[in-house]
Amino acid sequence: MVGFERIKAVAAPLAQANVDTDKILAAEHLKTISRTGLGSKLFSTMRYDAKGEEKPDFILNRSPWRKAGILIAGENFGCGSSREHAPWALSEFGIACIIAPSFADIFYNNCFKNFMLPITLDQSVIEILLSEAGNPATCQMAIDLPTQTISRSNGTIVHFDIEPDRKTALLNGIDEISSSLQFKADILEWEREAKVISPTIPADIAIR
Amino acid sequence: MNAPRTIFQKIWDAHKVTQLTGDNVLLYIDRHLVNEVTSPQAFEGLRQAGRNVFRPHATIAVADHNVPTQERHLPIADENSRLQVQALEQNVAEFGIPYVPLLHKSQGIVHVIGPDLGLTLPGLTIVCGDSHTSTHGAFGALAFGIGTSEAEHVLATQTLIQKPAKNMLVRVTGELPTGTTAKDLILALIGEIGTDGATGHVIEYAGDAITSLDMAGRMTVCNMSIEAGARAGLIAPDDTTFAYLEGRALVPSGKAFDDAVANWRELCSDEGAMYDRVIEFDAASVTPMVTWGTTPEAVVGVAGTIPDPSSLPSPADASQARNMLAYMGLESGTPLEGLPINVVFIGSCTNSRIEDLRAAAAIAANRKVAPGVRALVVPGSGAIKLQAEEEGLDQIFRSAGFEWREAGCSMCLDGNPDKLSPGERCASTSNRNFEGRQGPGGRTHLMSPAMAAAAAVTGTITDVRKLS
Ligand code: SF4
Repeated sequence: MVGFERIKAVAAPLAQANVDTDKILAAEHLKTISRTGLGSKLFSTMRYDAKGEEKPDFILNRSPWRKAGILIAGENFGCGSSREHAPWALSEFGIACIIAPSFADIFYNNCFKNFMLPITLDQSVIEILLSEAGNPATCQMAIDLPTQTISRSNGTIVHFDIEPDRKTALLNGIDEISSSLQFKADILEWEREAKVISPTIPADIAIR
Repeated sequence: MNAPRTIFQKIWDAHKVTQLTGDNVLLYIDRHLVNEVTSPQAFEGLRQAGRNVFRPHATIAVADHNVPTQERHLPIADENSRLQVQALEQNVAEFGIPYVPLLHKSQGIVHVIGPDLGLTLPGLTIVCGDSHTSTHGAFGALAFGIGTSEAEHVLATQTLIQKPAKNMLVRVTGELPTGTTAKDLILALIGEIGTDGATGHVIEYAGDAITSLDMAGRMTVCNMSIEAGARAGLIAPDDTTFAYLEGRALVPSGKAFDDAVANWRELCSDEGAMYDRVIEFDAASVTPMVTWGTTPEAVVGVAGTIPDPSSLPSPADASQARNMLAYMGLESGTPLEGLPINVVFIGSCTNSRIEDLRAAAAIAANRKVAPGVRALVVPGSGAIKLQAEEEGLDQIFRSAGFEWREAGCSMCLDGNPDKLSPGERCASTSNRNFEGRQGPGGRTHLMSPAMAAAAAVTGTITDVRKLS
């Protein structure tokens, strides 16, 4: 499995709060049974007009942000629906790292499951990064997970925090299902001892 | 002596399989609800890795998001929707998972049928690849939405790797005024704390105004906890809960029920339990609420006016408000009351239960849907639909000019034939007013079922208290 270690990429500014997962990937694009094919649907209502043509003003339709690998956004990014299609779409577009003052919980978790790095920073730092990202001359940034740093185009460094276990999981690209199944005996033991109502749902659940 | 614990901590501790690195816990999951939209990739992942479902019978599947709400006997016309429902049917057959078929009378929105069938019980951990899983917290269960990778993890292991949430207590005192409902209460609360007001927290709702709610109202409140950013909502189970549960298909009966109730009574937060945050809220201050923007926190009482963006504290808030007004086709200073609407949607996992339908029918009775208004009533489940028909509610709605539909998510989201056209303005009992949520360009005003019914019969946003 591939994890996340470091990237050097164009950062795109999206200075909006409460960018919800419907906005990231509209519900009409959820009717897929695959994880792929969503990159072109990312931010569709902001990115395309009614005819499906690119809106020239939207940041990700402009050079050099067309090739953005980092997204800098406002607070509560990824709120709303639990759809993992949102991080899948971002990832397929090429965004590997999102920097925001805060994230909605489910989206935040979903990022790690897809080896994407969500970074939380103070609003004041975000403001600076937003303005640098908006300028083609300064929009290149490098993110290094081992040292937990963002290198700006002027060479200065911004540190970020990340929980150690999340960092390890990202760096090692850990397959969580395999690691959890190592505790199979404990899971079975828990089930034997559980005092909660038996979790057996009859196969004929709907027939009554 | 053990430290006093909150309900959340009690359920958490009881479900801890083992402690992992950091503050991660391997948490046992009692019930896994599965829908057609967020599960195909999880099953595909299992197949690719050659894995089985750990406990197929702790899992239940139903199609709700994509399904049409009329002409159910016909194949689903939209090809992608049809393929997604077929994929679910193949997956549940392949992995041996209980499934509620589309044409079955128990079919419905996953968060409505869980409680309907008695699958949702106090003290359980319940997950679903859907953010409104928080609904089930109304029963004193720890219930939260997960992503598809996590759903795959639950399928394969019956557990989740989780970090503990913070505890937030929302104590709602006083009495809800006549004409206001649980929906108004939760909208008012979100208006106060904001859409990220509870991020990272499990909200426990307590206080007289909560305990005096029926289960439908409690589910409405817990349902929209996610709209305040909460991981889950929780309400301690009490006699109202037990009375609702008794006799439902999957609830234990006889002595087993009595024993269960004795255990469930312990599911309350201990005296002196610590919360990371406590909010006091006065129910008496609540009025019928209506959203005006594209985030649920953009809400005011029905007597209010559309706010002026320039009066907002930060430039970012002001610019967001301006964008919202542009999208919604509204101008600041306009009163909400009297705003003409085109469509009314009564349904969704927030407000599609029998109590919601009764409240809407009480307003619709002996009135007519205003000319030019399209009004849909979509029961949350087949069982609720049948009950409503036994009570004659369908007749009230039909003779008033509402459409009476089969159960499903319907116009709550743009995923099935029920949707808004660009520019259409909708009075909706659902939970999200995001841009395009009910269809591209659609404009959503969230409100209670009675308020939505009032909008239907007057053709404008109306203070329901003036009608009843
Ligand atoms: S009714 Fe709406 S919010 Fe509820 S599960 Fe369906 S789509 Fe989601």
